[in-house]
Amino acid sequence: MPTRRARIPATSYPVERFTLDNGLRVVLTPDRSAPVIGVAVVYDVGIRSEPEGRTGFAHLFEHLMFQGSANLEKLAHFRHVQGAGGTFNGSTHLDYTDYFETLPSNALERTLFLEADRMRGPRLTEENLRNQVDVVKEEIRVNVLNRPYGGFPWLTLPPVMFDTFPNAHDGYGSFVDLESATVADAADFFRRYYASGNAVLAVSGDIDTVEAVELIERHFGDVPARPAPDRPDFTEPGLTAERRTAYTDQLAPLPAVAAAWRVPDPVGDFAAYLPYVVLAEVLTDGDASRLVERLVHRDRAVTSVGGYLGFMGDPFDVRDPTALLLQAHLPPGGDVDKVLRTLDEELDRLATDGPTDGELARTQARMATHLLRDTDAVLGRALRMAVLEQQRGKPELLGELPRLVGEVTDDQVRAAAAALRPERRASVEVIPGGAR
Amino acid sequence: MRAPQSRTLPPLGPTRRLKLPRQAERTLDNGLTVIAVRRPAVPLVELRLWMPFGRANLARAHLLAQTLLSGTETMSSVQIAAELQRIGGVLSAGLDPDRLMISGAGLATGLDRMLELLAEVLTGASYPAGWVGVERDRLVDGIQVARSQPGHLARTALLKRIYSRHPYAVQTPEPEQVRAVRPAALRTLHGQRVHPAGAVLVLVGDVRPGRALDAVEKALGGWNGTGHPAGLPPAPPLEPGPLLLVDRPGSVQSSMRVALPAIPRTHPDHAALQLANLIFGGYFSSRWVENIREDKGYTYGPHSVIEHSVAGSVLLAAAEVATEVTAPALLETSYELGRLATRPPAPDELEQARQYALGTLQLGVSTQAGLASLVSAYAGSGLRLDFLSEYAARLARASIDDVAEAAARYLAPSRAVTVVLGDAERVAASLANLTPVETVPVPA
Repeated sequence: MPTRRARIPATSYPVERFTLDNGLRVVLTPDRSAPVIGVAVVYDVGIRSEPEGRTGFAHLFEHLMFQGSANLEKLAHFRHVQGAGGTFNGSTHLDYTDYFETLPSNALERTLFLEADRMRGPRLTEENLRNQVDVVKEEIRVNVLNRPYGGFPWLTLPPVMFDTFPNAHDGYGSFVDLESATVADAADFFRRYYASGNAVLAVSGDIDTVEAVELIERHFGDVPARPAPDRPDFTEPGLTAERRTAYTDQLAPLPAVAAAWRVPDPVGDFAAYLPYVVLAEVLTDGDASRLVERLVHRDRAVTSVGGYLGFMGDPFDVRDPTALLLQAHLPPGGDVDKVLRTLDEELDRLATDGPTDGELARTQARMATHLLRDTDAVLGRALRMAVLEQQRGKPELLGELPRLVGEVTDDQVRAAAAALRPERRASVEVIPGGAR
Repeated sequence: MRAPQSRTLPPLGPTRRLKLPRQAERTLDNGLTVIAVRRPAVPLVELRLWMPFGRANLARAHLLAQTLLSGTETMSSVQIAAELQRIGGVLSAGLDPDRLMISGAGLATGLDRMLELLAEVLTGASYPAGWVGVERDRLVDGIQVARSQPGHLARTALLKRIYSRHPYAVQTPEPEQVRAVRPAALRTLHGQRVHPAGAVLVLVGDVRPGRALDAVEKALGGWNGTGHPAGLPPAPPLEPGPLLLVDRPGSVQSSMRVALPAIPRTHPDHAALQLANLIFGGYFSSRWVENIREDKGYTYGPHSVIEHSVAGSVLLAAAEVATEVTAPALLETSYELGRLATRPPAPDELEQARQYALGTLQLGVSTQAGLASLVSAYAGSGLRLDFLSEYAARLARASIDDVAEAAARYLAPSRAVTVVLGDAERVAASLANLTPVETVPVPA
């Protein structure tokens, strides 16, 4: 008798969408259960849009967007958000750059003013540029150069898997490229990509919709209209022969490996893509999952194994081309070849026999919890909806995801596993350089 | 084309009052305190169970936390994990020097089952030999990886320097101590220490508080056993001395850690010290961040925070700075501490910090997970959620004089204990121009 499924609960956040005359798209999702709001502005530009010779520029530019704007001096943005009781940040992804605040709801108008002001124009000065190049270099040192496994695998696997500059280059950037960036480059980048027509504003939480619409029109309505630039096609053919590289990490004490396979277009073919998202969890979610049980506990071949979609772990915030990644850390003297062979074996087994009774249903239940937990925070909701609007014109997909994940079938997961063949695989191995 | 017009910042709307959610509390006959809070925003429930665990053998306690969910007489680890998945649930155990903490979340409809599984491991964890062996090796590997990370090494050196012989001084076991732990020792430790007396279970989410308490009583009423309470001695006061330079050759950054005295949440100075800390380095719009990051570009993410433990509180400031500016960064740090300790903050600076402190309280309790962690942390200090209102009132009341006094009392650079981890060959001489330096090698 098949195991009974846990019922996957649904949430239905109300969603209102509209577009200003200058092309800015807006998503509102009110929820008055706590006196806080999340505000996100997402620009349709990311690491993949960087020109050659300007690696790391999208991220450097994200820093520059905080350095003063049309009517505000340097440091003012931070002070006004935090002085209203809020927090802020921004982040740069492969396909977008986001800016966001979460605040008590009495700061709604203030935060709209701040975002509109920098959409009109950041203050791009030589002094601010040099200062933020230094800050970004320290960020790269702390996250990549001074720590073991720095940049593994998000910076080290794409150049194995991809051939074109947009998909393969280092998104954090080389120090040479960062240091040679100019104010003119920044002004050009802003003009091209930070257009009102290339952005989405999302506001979630304790708002009155009518009032919010009026405030948004007041502050963003006269941001000069500029259309979105044409987005280049970043498509590359998939692999037809296995690719594998290794590098020595002088700081890493133990071996590690990451493997990736291309997956269907997350936006253009969502129905084909979604089973891979579920597959990654079937393989790696907790002690009852296949790869943890086999590789960690039975074979003792790895000390940890994880699986996810998108190089930054953002399955619903990425465009084609992207990948399913599996990564593992190994014990001293661990055998990477054996780990890769075992991955192939387990994928074959899943492709042949399919999930066991209840295996898929329990994975889907836990995925629902993760999705709901992420959107419990008003900011999580605003950010996700902004990107879903930008990439799909469908912010309400956020509320449908737990159910859609729950509808993926055994056969779909089996077919996804069957597509992860060794000859389509790219992998990268970290060779420990000796601890110090 | 319109002439550019200058625009002014809109004012804030009226402040919305801090609303505390509905809650209920019960102490069971076995000594377990249960607090349930209703926040039904998503159909989930968050769980936090902490048990006092001070002074437990470090290696055994860490391995116990890692293997608590590894099986019982009637269920294997894989069965427990699968049953949790079925209700969208997750449970994990963690350890700090004060307590063993089980954290979890799951679909609200699965609460009864989650509590049954929790009871199953609390009363019947069996520490199967095979599984313990695997986790023992993983823990050893994890310690080895941690020891290659500058942040971990800097913290280890700082704890040793601050706490000396106090149990807080060493918080990570040696690999060989871990390798020596056998399952029988875990079963013994479990029998001695994993019991309900003095423990607090917090549930927050889409639950009716009264019904949640009943569910806990039903599931965990039979959990029993008495163990020996193990109180911790008070943490020793900070003893300033030479800067401790931990030599990590080849580092491309220096990890700077500065410890300063602090007080518990209930101390009359606490709100004023929190505000002083914010003004110094506790948020982005602080003097320290604006100075060493936004003005000078020495570092990416400097921050300071007050850490509360059962035996004492401490203020910690941390920054990873470029090797070539290690001494200048320390100089600016001392300058900012000294400036705040000797001159009162400006009124607008204090108001900004105050609004931030009050606003982030609102944000912190606006999610189920945030609320659960706060309620649990408060309960660990013997406080309840209503303390949040009291704390907010104290923040609102603190005057410039109060903050200046707190800064003078706690933030003076003469009170600081400083540790720097970095390439000694490149930073020692210039640091020695500022302060006496004692250099030690990085632990092997």
